[in-house]
Amino acid sequence: MISFTYVEPRDVGEVLETLARHGDEAKLIAGGTGLINLMKQNLVQPAYLVGLHRIRGLDSIKSASGLAIGAFCTLRKIESTTVVDSGFSLLAETCRQVATIRIRSMATIGGALAHADPYQDTPPALMVLDAMVRLRSQKGTREVPVSELFTGYYETVIQPDELVTEVFIPEQPSGSGSVFIKFLPQTHDDYATVAVAARVTLRNERIGDARVALGAAASTPLRAKVVEEALRGQAPTPDVLRDAAALVASVVDPIPDFRGSANYKRDMAVVFVRRALAQAVMRARAGGA
Amino acid sequence: MKRISPHVNGQQISREIPDNRLLVDFIRYDLGLTGTKEGCSVGACGACTVILDGQPISSCITLAVMADGGEVTTIEGLAKDDRLHPLQQAFLDYGGFQCGICTPGQIMAAKALLDNNAHPSEDEIKAWMMGNLCRCTGYYKIIESIQAAAHGKLAP
Repeated sequence: MISFTYVEPRDVGEVLETLARHGDEAKLIAGGTGLINLMKQNLVQPAYLVGLHRIRGLDSIKSASGLAIGAFCTLRKIESTTVVDSGFSLLAETCRQVATIRIRSMATIGGALAHADPYQDTPPALMVLDAMVRLRSQKGTREVPVSELFTGYYETVIQPDELVTEVFIPEQPSGSGSVFIKFLPQTHDDYATVAVAARVTLRNERIGDARVALGAAASTPLRAKVVEEALRGQAPTPDVLRDAAALVASVVDPIPDFRGSANYKRDMAVVFVRRALAQAVMRARAGGA
Repeated sequence: MKRISPHVNGQQISREIPDNRLLVDFIRYDLGLTGTKEGCSVGACGACTVILDGQPISSCITLAVMADGGEVTTIEGLAKDDRLHPLQQAFLDYGGFQCGICTPGQIMAAKALLDNNAHPSEDEIKAWMMGNLCRCTGYYKIIESIQAAAHGKLAP
């Protein structure tokens, strides 16, 4: 393991000061479940690791016209908090499918977004929920929609002096049903071969609105707007869902690996978008989830 | 270098360590507690499972500094004097291990489960234990051992 200096700021102000001072020589570490493995492979070699585990107050879950989740909230905490299950169950359902209980006990929602691994599960779910992240630096605060956060392979718009402090999820539209499907043909603790998060909002038995996002289908988490546009205003029939799902083939750019070739993953993206849409419609009809 | 002061198996420990010391290495080399094993080194196999502040974690991808001020429980922390923990006894009575290399991790993960949910269903056991790999047993006896410990049923 490479050498580094571990710094433990006592509050958010000290974190921001440390980041401002060291710039891109410093990396933040919360749970470390992504970062430590990158460091073990010498892919990331920060001179300073800025430890967040002493910072208080960044791990709450508050509901007030939507959900405000502290960036330091572990996936385990999110999946086992009741208020998430009622009204934002897509997020709880997604968290439960991430890796193993050990990873979820340390991995944080803010870390997952900052890490920007395109195979992760939570980013597409957060895109579909219309989530926003709050970023803070010494220069100020800004909010970025999760759908606009990712710029490339392990890359985001987050600057070296910025800290993710909160994730906001707005109230979900009534008449919505949502689902997260993770295609795991190998082991249960694996990253997805392809993963689809979908939300369909029904109005008078037509699709009023839709959100579709994919994980493990490109070099970033991917929002499939072309599928969403094909669904709006349509009746939620199997043919409509099938035709809309087929459009995802034109926007995915899967990375071939031991789970499958790019062509295989593209074909599976179409299959799983179709299945996710069907389930989301079913759940919307059943009164939402 | 950093001085860290975790509670390990109920004892206050204080040691000076390099910043980059991994928790599994701190446990095994600095503290001499070699019950915890290292298998894959990437947090996937579960052999290095310990309990940190009530949560099961992979100690191979955790820095020792992250345990400063925290409560760490390893396999050595389960028995009370000569009395094995019910989980340890159950693994013995129900044949929950063969070579034993994954076993400390299995038992620590199971302890975290029972601390969280004293009467898990079979599905709940499988979902929780899913990340602790075993090459020998085929998992059935591990699940039975956990069920026996959970339901207070130990072999005659």
